[in-house]
Amino acid sequence: MVDFGGWDMPVEYSGILAEHQAVRERVGLFDVSHMGEIEIRGPQALDLVEHVTSNRAASLEDGQAQYSGLLNEHGGFIDDLLVHRMDANRYFLCVNAGNQDRDYQWICDHNSFEADIEFQSHLWAQLAIQGPRALETLQKLTGVDLAPIRYYWFTLGEVSGASAVIARTGYTGEDGFEIYIQAEEAERLWNEILEAGKEFGILPCGLGARNTLRLEAGMALHGHEIDEDTTPYEANLGWIVKLKKGNFLGRDALVKQKEEGVKRKTVGFEMRGRGIGRDGYRVFANDSAVGFVTSGGPSPTLDKNIGIAMVPVEMAEPGRPLEIEIRTRRVEAETVPVPFYTREKK
Amino acid sequence: MYPADYRYTKEHEWVKIDGDVATVGITHHAQDQLGDVVFVELPKTGSKVHAAQSFGTVESVKAVSDIYAPLSGDVAEINEELVDTPETLNDDPHGKGWLIKVKLSDKGEVDALMSAEEYAAYVSAETES
Repeated sequence: MVDFGGWDMPVEYSGILAEHQAVRERVGLFDVSHMGEIEIRGPQALDLVEHVTSNRAASLEDGQAQYSGLLNEHGGFIDDLLVHRMDANRYFLCVNAGNQDRDYQWICDHNSFEADIEFQSHLWAQLAIQGPRALETLQKLTGVDLAPIRYYWFTLGEVSGASAVIARTGYTGEDGFEIYIQAEEAERLWNEILEAGKEFGILPCGLGARNTLRLEAGMALHGHEIDEDTTPYEANLGWIVKLKKGNFLGRDALVKQKEEGVKRKTVGFEMRGRGIGRDGYRVFANDSAVGFVTSGGPSPTLDKNIGIAMVPVEMAEPGRPLEIEIRTRRVEAETVPVPFYTREKK
Repeated sequence: MYPADYRYTKEHEWVKIDGDVATVGITHHAQDQLGDVVFVELPKTGSKVHAAQSFGTVESVKAVSDIYAPLSGDVAEINEELVDTPETLNDDPHGKGWLIKVKLSDKGEVDALMSAEEYAAYVSAETES
């Protein structure tokens, strides 16, 4: 067990490699109840969401979700989040556990609209069912036809008698669902999903596998690839910035950065020499320190040592030699495209 | 669980003494705490190791862990097979997963190490706390 944003959470159940493989090949179940939930309601809900997030929430339809950024005035990430449009006057935000209090405070402080903001983290549990057999597993427990739910859409329905938000989202690079349920239903549903997935070889999965899976899929983790000093452009997340939607927090800084050009950027790398480049290790090029590893470790699927590094923008393209400082030596690496792993679409 | 003829350290290494050569590894408890081992870095044959000082590294998916020499001496042999099959450390930590063999410079250092019984008690006390 480790302390994660105030939650006692298992790093692994049966082993990170076994759990990782279960999600890539079969199905895995994650308890991600630590994630924070904030609801924004009222006739001006959309105005507030558009003001505090960088993506275009106005383009969402009922039942659609969107990855977005909650940015400070400098364009840096206070957090990254999922915005779900429940209806025109109700938006449901899923945020990171460690940032949820700050997120809530930030949104309240910038509510120059008459929107109601409710902190709901204590009400919700969240379970993620991920992997190629996720749909079959969850389908056994619900009358909702899951197949028509598109990626980044959700529906409301019952899972084993418990009312749930059933979203086709995830943080693993596989097909799957994230369901939001009442906290008191969590333990029962956890057990029922494990039982339903037994025939498919389901495994309960911890934070360790969650990290290796998201890294292979090239997904950012707040506190690593992104933080308050990192903008979406620097983290290859320009697609969640919609400058044309009108003013929003951080926009001025982003416009300026776009005009001047970004100085540094995240890039993927693979180790060429023997060693594992890990979070925080320094990156060298031509004998000088040029950046640092934001996330790094072994890739169980690719059987390589991979990572993401923040480097000067001119080095942030595939095929560049780098060195990662591992303890007392520098080990060869090469920049590569991200994501490292993409699932085969059926 | 812990072979009776081995000696143990508080850093969860074991040694097996055979004349003036000691085989060194990490304990079942150590590999269990680390999880899946994916990388092992060992010293070169002929280099010196010093009691209580780090001589190598074991990395699991999640963590990097220094390994400390239980005893001082010269590295006589290293377990080359761990380079390609580091998972042997999880599968057989007290046997095929040995790390290095050391030609001892001071056999008296052995007396400072724990017996299997003492180590088992140490681990259970550590686990409970």
